[in-house]
Amino acid sequence: MFSSLRYVAPLLALATVAVLAIGQEKDSEAKVRAYVGARIIPVTAPEIPDGVMIVKDGIITAVGTREEVAIPADAEVLNLKGKVLFPGLICTHSHIGKVQGGDSSSPIQPEVRVLDSIDVLDSTFEKARAGGITMVNIMSGSGHLLSGQTSYLKLRNGNTVEDLAVRNEDGSMAGGIKMANGTNSIKGTGGFPGTRGKSAALVREQFIKAQRYREKLAQGGDQAPERDLAMEALVEVLEGKRVVHHHTHRHDDIMTVLRLKKEFGFKVVLHHVSEAWKVADEIAEAEVPCSIILLDSPGGKLEAIDIEWRNGAELEKRGVLTAFHTDDPINDSRWFLRSAGLAVRAGMSRGKALAAVTISAAEMMDLAEKTGSLTEGKQADFLILNGDPLSVYTRVLATHVEGQKVFDLADPADKLWAEGGFGAGHQRKASGCCFTK
Amino acid sequence: MSNILTPILLASALTSSTLTAQIAIEAETLYPMTGDLKPIKNGVVLCGASGKIEKVGTAAEVAIPIGYQRIKAKVAMPGIIDAHATVGLSGILNSDKHDQEQLEKSAPIQPELRAIDAYNGRDPLVKWVRDLGITTVHTGHAPGALVSGQTMILKTNVTSITDAGKDTLRQFAMVAATLGSDGFAGGDKAPGSRAKSLAMLRENLLKTQIHARKLADKDQDKRPEPDLRMDALVQVLEKKIPLLVSAHRHHDIAAALRLQKEFGFKLVLDGASEAYFLLDEIKAAGVPILIHPTMARPYSERENMTFTLAAKLHAAKIPFAFQSGYEGYVPKTRVVHFEAALAVAYGLPHERALAGCTSAAAKLLGIEDRVGSLKPGMDADLALFDGDPLETVTHCTGVVIEGKVVSTEVR
Repeated sequence: MFSSLRYVAPLLALATVAVLAIGQEKDSEAKVRAYVGARIIPVTAPEIPDGVMIVKDGIITAVGTREEVAIPADAEVLNLKGKVLFPGLICTHSHIGKVQGGDSSSPIQPEVRVLDSIDVLDSTFEKARAGGITMVNIMSGSGHLLSGQTSYLKLRNGNTVEDLAVRNEDGSMAGGIKMANGTNSIKGTGGFPGTRGKSAALVREQFIKAQRYREKLAQGGDQAPERDLAMEALVEVLEGKRVVHHHTHRHDDIMTVLRLKKEFGFKVVLHHVSEAWKVADEIAEAEVPCSIILLDSPGGKLEAIDIEWRNGAELEKRGVLTAFHTDDPINDSRWFLRSAGLAVRAGMSRGKALAAVTISAAEMMDLAEKTGSLTEGKQADFLILNGDPLSVYTRVLATHVEGQKVFDLADPADKLWAEGGFGAGHQRKASGCCFTK
Repeated sequence: MSNILTPILLASALTSSTLTAQIAIEAETLYPMTGDLKPIKNGVVLCGASGKIEKVGTAAEVAIPIGYQRIKAKVAMPGIIDAHATVGLSGILNSDKHDQEQLEKSAPIQPELRAIDAYNGRDPLVKWVRDLGITTVHTGHAPGALVSGQTMILKTNVTSITDAGKDTLRQFAMVAATLGSDGFAGGDKAPGSRAKSLAMLRENLLKTQIHARKLADKDQDKRPEPDLRMDALVQVLEKKIPLLVSAHRHHDIAAALRLQKEFGFKLVLDGASEAYFLLDEIKAAGVPILIHPTMARPYSERENMTFTLAAKLHAAKIPFAFQSGYEGYVPKTRVVHFEAALAVAYGLPHERALAGCTSAAAKLLGIEDRVGSLKPGMDADLALFDGDPLETVTHCTGVVIEGKVVSTEVR
């Protein structure tokens, strides 16, 4: 999979045509490709049993039946009879790339950016691509009330976090902020809270401080405060520019998040939400989306004893925007589609379960206009599967990000990441001028 | 191992007769897991009041007598066997000193620790796996110490072990050992290296040989005092109890084979991530494998694991079965047929995946005359489903253990 692109320049904008290939580039980005004959599952539109998808310059330019979609004369035609085309999977909560966040010096560290720690050459990235994941929200852990700024990455080929970053309109690297409540961040020493009451108080204190900082910023002039990295990040949160991704399990902890959201007005996605089924009405009323995890059994930690597979169905019933996540390494990225299977097993609709690994996840990251479904005008982030996405026997044959193939099961090097074997835990080689496959 | 079986059969026949109704399972697809492992269409299984299977066949072959409770299912198969778990010892709360009984690190070699003294049949995870179709578990002390203790085999409807002989299929199934870094004692305690691990095992087995010789002395006065540790290992050396060796790295697997050759015990390999390097050697040694969960996390000793191992063992004709293994965090237990299912995605034939958690598992564990297939005379243990038992979206719709319906929850 590294043969096609020797070096990827840092992307300047989210627009995919900005990908610049330096040197010999036989697998040109500009090429038009027609994927013909597959069963297409756009997710946001009805399935097409025998469809055509056209990709140009990394963008989907047409999706439809053979009758509806004309194949351009200059297109490279790929016959996908018997295969399934599905949007790239989006994981709203992942720890791939040996990510680190805040250290043990304090419980609230908004100035810490996980992008400064991520190893994009780690094998976990390759395994995520092999699992069909095309976009991730990489986060630091839940051992802090606030452990750092998260990083939204497209799993393009690349050697640096800049190569992979999703960009905001101003060119900065996109991400949210990771918060947590409940037992993981209750440590009782070193400034960390010892109780839930204290946890909430510490968080409120910082947000109130950030509100004051923001007021002074707005006043400007003499009132303008000195730059404060932590406050700057929290102001972005207060202004809704940075989504709070909030780890929370128990019903009472969920309600605490909703209370804080009400007080400070930030945008929040609840993560894990093990006891969502107990307070599903309240979550729905607060209009807060949920990124849930599906585990093969309950327990393993006190807060997850009451986790249920039916969380997805219960949230769907109440109209709550719901995504799933791997929490890789909790669930390996290569098993992500199983989460949709388990949710369906417990009553979630097929449509919403498939949306929960694609478009619903994109919505929570404010990127639904760019990706998350096979839709004309969106980035060509898609998978070729050999069967139905909900079947346990289905394999990802290829993963494409912005039109470029980033995983190909037919390539022996990629197969190692997909299946494991000797060397599958190692870091991959960098791609670039001095490295050839 | 088989000498304890006869009394169990008689006992269960006597005790269950008053509790068990006669039932007839009618399945659109029935997997007896016998012969060529192929399913039969419109199958019927008659379960007698004894808790044993009376008849198995097609609806045309097997008439359902009057008075039998009829239970319909889309798919029926033998109750699923988890060939290696720690369920009942590693509880749902994951709370030390409360429900984590699978590992004791006070000494590196403790084969005297019995699984029957550690098992909590009322832990919610036992019910969790039972309601999903698992009726028999080989459970006990976990990997994590050089010799961590004993394992046992029992049904998932046993809530308390009041009579170890009756309540288990094997009250002492195997002795669990661990090679590689997972078995190190930690800190500056021994073992702290691979070579030391083997030296300690060899030393203990040599001492056990001497102990066994003394035990056999014609002069009763010269026989040694009972020694729980030695006595457990004597059973290993006498090939009554297999040594279950968890080993993932190829050199640890090779070390296990070397040890087996030196002392001649029955060896069962556990985990065996890198077994693909030593297929010929493992096959030549006649050693079966309890394969790591397909979804085991590929880190540390397992970093070179492959999802294709089951397919590779199948191709090499090495006996193997699936396991849920041990999990230190979440999910606190895996579900063995979920693990088998993914092996199919990576090249294992479907019926062989089912066998790996039924008939082949029973054979590997030496309990194939009780469980693992649907034949007259076998325990009436069945799992019912509304579709392919291995598909994630399929529900378990009923569970029968020894002729008793233990779950009708749709899970």
